[in-house]
Amino acid sequence: MNAAVTVQNLTVRFGGITALEDVSFTLNEGGFLAVLGPNGAGKSTLLKTLTGLISPSEGSVRIGGGDSQVVSYVPQLKTLDREFPALALELVVSGLRRRWPWRISGEDEARAMKALKSAGVGAFARTPIAHLSGGQLQRVYLARGMVRNPRLLILDEPASGIDFAGEGEFYHLLEHYQHDHPEATIVMITHDWSVARHHASAVLLLNRRVVGFGHPDEILKDELLRDAYGHRGHAHTMQVGE
Amino acid sequence: MLEAFEYAFMQRALIAGLIVAVVCSYFGVFVVQRRMGFLGNGLAHSAFGGVALAILLQQHLPALDPLWIAAPFTVAVALAIQWVQQRSRLASDTAIGILFSLAMALGIIFLSKTTRYSSDAMAYLFGSILTVSPRDVINAIILALLTIAVIPLWGRWAYATMDAELARADAVPVARDNYILTAVLAVAIVIAMKIVGIVLIAAFMVIPAATARLLTNRFGSMTIASVLFGAGSVLLGLPLSVQLDMPSGAFIIVLQSAVFFSAMILQKRHS
Repeated sequence: MNAAVTVQNLTVRFGGITALEDVSFTLNEGGFLAVLGPNGAGKSTLLKTLTGLISPSEGSVRIGGGDSQVVSYVPQLKTLDREFPALALELVVSGLRRRWPWRISGEDEARAMKALKSAGVGAFARTPIAHLSGGQLQRVYLARGMVRNPRLLILDEPASGIDFAGEGEFYHLLEHYQHDHPEATIVMITHDWSVARHHASAVLLLNRRVVGFGHPDEILKDELLRDAYGHRGHAHTMQVGE
Repeated sequence: MLEAFEYAFMQRALIAGLIVAVVCSYFGVFVVQRRMGFLGNGLAHSAFGGVALAILLQQHLPALDPLWIAAPFTVAVALAIQWVQQRSRLASDTAIGILFSLAMALGIIFLSKTTRYSSDAMAYLFGSILTVSPRDVINAIILALLTIAVIPLWGRWAYATMDAELARADAVPVARDNYILTAVLAVAIVIAMKIVGIVLIAAFMVIPAATARLLTNRFGSMTIASVLFGAGSVLLGLPLSVQLDMPSGAFIIVLQSAVFFSAMILQKRHS
């Protein structure tokens, strides 16, 4: 099986602060990687390095076969201007064109509608983004990420803003996408260990350095979680176990 | 009412005013949506430093057009604002406040070193649409051509306005595009300032776009509506102001504001 993501001895520094240190792992095509770690562990920095938003200070990041691979990034909603005058459909088409669309062609509209419907928000295609709830907008962002059929889908805490019932459905959408695109790889930040256990094929436990990388059953263990999170990890494990 | 346009000065006012209105209303959608209203004001005041430097240099170079100094000076201030913003954690209004204060202060120092009084400084600061010279019309046409040249960047600027991080992740050169936007804004402000004055520039940069935003939910429609409101305010305001014997610039602002408040009432009724 081919490697979708290869990270070697990756170190990222911002001024005098080291956000990531000597991080190495390889994720195969078709994998679903859950990235876990406490706040400030460097999870978002890792994802931004994978998308090319941040350059490594040392080490390297290699995405699949190179530049020809299609990568989609689904960021947190906090950078979005919610008051920007836009329809959900336009937001998805921007994912296809990589610029804001002045006009939408019939072909682009059909592809965007298909992505919106598969994300469960087809009915909101012509709704202004300012009128969407956080959960609906997150699904529109997912549709935007999926519309160009990426080989690598990178998601930064995609379930934030989605209610408990919608959350499970959201992860099923991701699984469904991988079912339809078996070669597609997903890298996702989550704070929910049960999500990682039930949906991911691999877990990267991070606290600036790699604390653990492997199958969820091997990594989501009390000892490693305590290494990553300190005593809070132990407390959470106890609650989950109970 | 239309007889007034038989005069050459009125024809020049209409041509230059229309160009300035269209250009400023076009860039206004980015100014409003990026909450950069203070930048327009700051750059207009910064241009004072450039005009003052030009007046100082005119002592040795009498034929020097102040615009050729004011334009690069204001572009330099605009780029410095962008640079400070990107290299520091300061809010954009702080960066603008620092740089435009510095530019104004330099302007005062330059003027204090001039041995003769020049009315140019006042003409640039407060401009009058009814005293537009043929050279101003040419400058306005240059501004229109410059704006047409950067129209292909509309989609990238809009994308980065919506979500800069997403645009960066899609390989849009957001930082470079921001430098271009602020530099073009600076040129537009300097040229427009001589024609319509500082107060009218600030109005053109904000009111038509804000009105358009109230009436549409798509950025493309907002851009078109903003340009139409801006152009319409000059087409209607200029002859009306002459007919009513009122200062043209101020009358156009009142007209734009009336449309803005009407749009607010209309929007409230529909929602």
